[in-house]
Amino acid sequence: MNNPYIILPVIFQLFTAVLLLFFWFRVNAQRLITIICSLVSLGIAIWLLKEVYQNGILTMQAGGWKAPFGITFVADVFSATMVLLTAIAGMAVAVFSTGSIRNARLKFGYFPILNFLLMGLNGAFLTGDIFNLYVWFEIIIIASFVLITIGGEKAQIEGAIKYVTMNLLASAIFLTAIAILYGLAGSLNMADLSEQVAQIENRGLVNVVAILFLVGFGIKSAIFPLYFWLPASYHTPPPAISAIFGGLLTKVGVYALLRIFTLIFVPDAFLSNLLIVLAAMTILSGGLGAILQVNMRKIFSYLIVCHIGFMIAGLGIYTELALVGAIFYLIHDIIVKTNLFLISGLIFKLKGTLNIEKLGGIYKKYPKFSLLMAIPLFSLVGIPPLSGFWAKLFLIQGSYLEGQYTLIGFILLGSFLTLWVIAKLWSEVFWKDAKDLPKKINVKYFKELKPLKQWAMVIPIVLLAATSLYIGLAAEHIILLSKQIAAELINPSAYIEAVLGSKTTTP
Amino acid sequence: MIIAILSGFIAAALIPLLSKIIKGKGSILLPFLPLSLFVYFASYLPKIGKGEKLNFVYEWVPSFGINLSFHLDGLSMLFALLITGIGTLVFFYTYSYLKGHVYLDRFYGYLSMFMASMLGLVLSDNIITLFIFWELTSISSFFLIGFNNDDPKSRKSALLALSITGMGGLFLLAGMLLLGTAGGSYSFQELLANGSLIQEHASYGWIILLVFLGAFTKSAQFPFHFWLPGAMKAPTPVSTYLHSATMVKAGIYILARFTPLLGGTTEWNTTLIIVGAVTMVYAAIHSIFRMDMKSILAYSTISALGILVFLIGLGTEESLLAAGVFILVHALYKATLFLITGIVDHETSTRDVTVLGGLRKVMMPVAIAAGLAALSNAGAPPFFGFIGKDLIYEATLHFGDWAYLLTGAAILTNICLLFAGLLAGYKPFVGNLPAEFSKVHLPHPTMWVPPLILAALGLIFGLFPVLIEKNLIQPVFSSLTNNDTVIHLKLWHGFNVVLGLSMLTLTLGVLLYWKLKPSEALFGKTLKFELFSPQTIALLFGRLFSGFAKFWTGFFQNGYLRNYVITILGFLTILLGYRLYQGVNFYVDTAKLTELTIYEVIVVLIMIVSIIFTVFSRSRLVAVASLGVIGYSICLIFLFYSAPDLAMTQFSIDTLTVILFVLVIYNLPKYKTFSKRRIRVRDGILSLFFGTLIAILTLEVLAEPLNRETSIFYAESAYILAKGKNVVNVILVDFRGLDTIVEITVLVIAAIGVFSLLKLRLKSIEKE
Repeated sequence: MNNPYIILPVIFQLFTAVLLLFFWFRVNAQRLITIICSLVSLGIAIWLLKEVYQNGILTMQAGGWKAPFGITFVADVFSATMVLLTAIAGMAVAVFSTGSIRNARLKFGYFPILNFLLMGLNGAFLTGDIFNLYVWFEIIIIASFVLITIGGEKAQIEGAIKYVTMNLLASAIFLTAIAILYGLAGSLNMADLSEQVAQIENRGLVNVVAILFLVGFGIKSAIFPLYFWLPASYHTPPPAISAIFGGLLTKVGVYALLRIFTLIFVPDAFLSNLLIVLAAMTILSGGLGAILQVNMRKIFSYLIVCHIGFMIAGLGIYTELALVGAIFYLIHDIIVKTNLFLISGLIFKLKGTLNIEKLGGIYKKYPKFSLLMAIPLFSLVGIPPLSGFWAKLFLIQGSYLEGQYTLIGFILLGSFLTLWVIAKLWSEVFWKDAKDLPKKINVKYFKELKPLKQWAMVIPIVLLAATSLYIGLAAEHIILLSKQIAAELINPSAYIEAVLGSKTTTP
Repeated sequence: MIIAILSGFIAAALIPLLSKIIKGKGSILLPFLPLSLFVYFASYLPKIGKGEKLNFVYEWVPSFGINLSFHLDGLSMLFALLITGIGTLVFFYTYSYLKGHVYLDRFYGYLSMFMASMLGLVLSDNIITLFIFWELTSISSFFLIGFNNDDPKSRKSALLALSITGMGGLFLLAGMLLLGTAGGSYSFQELLANGSLIQEHASYGWIILLVFLGAFTKSAQFPFHFWLPGAMKAPTPVSTYLHSATMVKAGIYILARFTPLLGGTTEWNTTLIIVGAVTMVYAAIHSIFRMDMKSILAYSTISALGILVFLIGLGTEESLLAAGVFILVHALYKATLFLITGIVDHETSTRDVTVLGGLRKVMMPVAIAAGLAALSNAGAPPFFGFIGKDLIYEATLHFGDWAYLLTGAAILTNICLLFAGLLAGYKPFVGNLPAEFSKVHLPHPTMWVPPLILAALGLIFGLFPVLIEKNLIQPVFSSLTNNDTVIHLKLWHGFNVVLGLSMLTLTLGVLLYWKLKPSEALFGKTLKFELFSPQTIALLFGRLFSGFAKFWTGFFQNGYLRNYVITILGFLTILLGYRLYQGVNFYVDTAKLTELTIYEVIVVLIMIVSIIFTVFSRSRLVAVASLGVIGYSICLIFLFYSAPDLAMTQFSIDTLTVILFVLVIYNLPKYKTFSKRRIRVRDGILSLFFGTLIAILTLEVLAEPLNRETSIFYAESAYILAKGKNVVNVILVDFRGLDTIVEITVLVIAAIGVFSLLKLRLKSIEKE
């Protein structure tokens, strides 16, 4: 069905960003606008998911050029869910930023860029055109690059260089892939490509192109052995920025992989096995990296890599059951990882460091914070019935039914390493006695902040924790949602029909 | 029912809100939660006694077949009563034991959470919910072991315990999922209904292996037992409740529960017998050399758990009955001994049995409780322990070929356990009271009454086994064996071999007590064997693993951007090469290609020369200039193939790039070669391969028939529909105008970024 309003999540973010540019130096006005607009975009996202859930897939042809000739936007349940998750994480980070980001950074366009980034994410989730997807990725890269560098500290720049080099490499590979695919199939519309690629007789060539897409998106999703940029850069910018990165940036890569490899390239045996091997190695590399780190944000960074493996595993197994697992995990992971980085921000404001060997005593001094922080930490571990648990059921069962016993072993290993890392972190950061830390002049401590700013940092954490509790305890809802998404992915005919079936309705 | 189970969670959630009240007098109200649950479950006893089984189902996650379905039969009843009964006593005990502790509220919170999880575990019919509650008991145990969080040893023990049980939990999860998938249902009752299906299933071996790993880690079986002594760092009520009476029996519970479903095969029985026997003997021998009361009890608990696994492994009706009875016997006397240890520790501040003595003079009721428990533990008539031990010997004696060996092992274990019981329950209370303990006094009744009740029950059940025979033990037996043979518990069986063995055990045990005096020196000698203990091996493995992690992470995440890029390109090249080699027949139809013109050849030659210059030149300026030449050559090629607008764009970009480069280079230090020759050669080869592959790919794609639908549409519609005469322009601003808008936005963002990079200099106080 045609509905021009599905572009709203993109347009509204653009509007917000441009509006914010008019208040360049007036940081308080920026704070207010950001909060209000993030609430509005949350409302839009909820509306969109509701609309799609009830009425089926919605499409919008940019400029009124009928598919496959113009640029099509498609909102199916998967896209709408991702848009909603983006809105939730975006709102949390925006509110948190109003409390935690220093004015100096705010005066150099922090909030507008944040909203540009969110616009890029929404665009990537909603577009139905592969070249347009590339363009949205450009927005994401440049916006995230600016966010990483804003402030220009030495560590930031070093992380940013690695980040941007590898991500541009990914873009170059992605662009090459698009060019070659266009040469093969003569189309850029993803639904049309789905049909065209299926008809190409030279499967060998199709498989080669698929590899280009795999590596391009693989870099962005930080899978093995392409993940290097992530642990090199995520711990450098202010925590609010890491939070939006940790929650969403790699996930947009996973989204693209899930989309492309269900809609356009259905994996053959080799690709499935390759994905499974990569998933296993990703889990291993992330887990092994995490147990060695002493910086909280580095621990979380490696855990992101580890858990990306779970999602890729679901794609590799390629059954509806396993995809349900991958999507459930994706939903859970966005909320929890965003929250964990926010928490690291809060802890930094409390203590002035993120080195777990130096931290300590939070359990004693801040019992309520400890309880609050325990929720995302143990959700991440997947202590049942918290949110990280449910997806594993589907992944393990899915692997078992396909005879992937080794993969089950890796999933268990990944879960175990996560458990160990988080338990150790808990023991070090929360249980251990507080040490005397030198007071740093460059840190504005939590207790020095105005109450309003304190609340601005705590409320997002509470909301995200509540969301992850909801995902865990009302898992049925999320499973039903994931099941619908998985069904749509496995059988894309509805998607194709929604895009191309509307050929006659537009001029 | 669901309220009964969830009430503990609700209480745990409410406790932080009511922390003020709980830290005061209010905590005395908390024990009434387990008490009322105890009464609630006990009220079902008559129904259970009649052989009824009660089911309660609440929907939760139906789309994965996970429901909160609870099933109350004999086995669940036994555990539910233990959990709530001992729970009540422990809650009362804690009231005094931790009176005034700053974290009393948290303690009760964790304890309530644990109780609820444990209840959920033993009542769940759904095997996934069973696992969920299982993990919750592990995590409550983690928080309780680490309760004294200032102590590094507590933290270490908590982490170790969680690692071992958490790992086991993951195996169990996999086991449950395999079982449910193989059996077609996650409901235990439904699985039981088609039990033989599973035993013949191809995955049966995996299923029982995974279930075993779960059960053995939780129930501290050799070689996973070593977390349990460490877990004794928790406050004594926790040791009593979790690490002796209930949680560690969760492993026993699932083995017992799954016996009718998975048991009866050689793999099942042999494994359990071997693991159980090794554990019981190993831990029993360990227990007699310890001096710390808690350590003694910890090892004797492991040994008792070994006995239970062993009995379940024997798998005969007699042995299963013995197991059912021994669960109760052990819970009663071991909980008593732990509670008493707590009292002794609380009042005298030591748990060293070589120091303690004569405490009966200052705390008589405690001494009575301890004596009763030690006797029940010893299996002396007429205590309940005697019945338990009789049943064990009967079970081993009637076990075919291996009867003598197994009975021998059981006797050895029992002698050591008897010794350990006397050491912890008898020795501290007899003899002379050392002077430093003369001021010691009896604690608050909420501390000494609970052990006395438990110890007395050990005597009462021994004297009148009929009290529990029909309503409790019979249903337990039925759930273990899945049949309804009527059983009888008797104190007196007449003079027979079993009685003789019991007496032999008693005599030898007492003899050992007179001969062997634990001491530092003796304990020191046993430590020499630590070198080969599973704990040492596990820690060594941990270190190796961490070494591997360092190697792996250091190898891939080595900090050098150039290595990362090489890895990524190498990976891509290998995959592309393999896929091309495997699926594409390299074939170029020369007839289809247009003929080469002299211009093209010249341009390509220029490009090749420029590339060589770019790569090998020692001057940056030359390299940049050569790059510019390559760019212009590409412009020319665009021109040859009639794309003047592309050529224009490329031309401007290249010009600008070269100018910018030159400006930047002007400020850079002199050119230096940093990389080794070998590395440059490697990079060169990789580049060659990569370039070649992309070239082949492009050629192949060109050979494919072209779908021109889109370009035809653009060409036809550009003027008619979009009113533009230049197709490329129409594509850029209309057909795909949105791409252009977004790309413009990219430039805006980049501009802001450049601006902030150049202008924003954080002051040192703003860097964070």
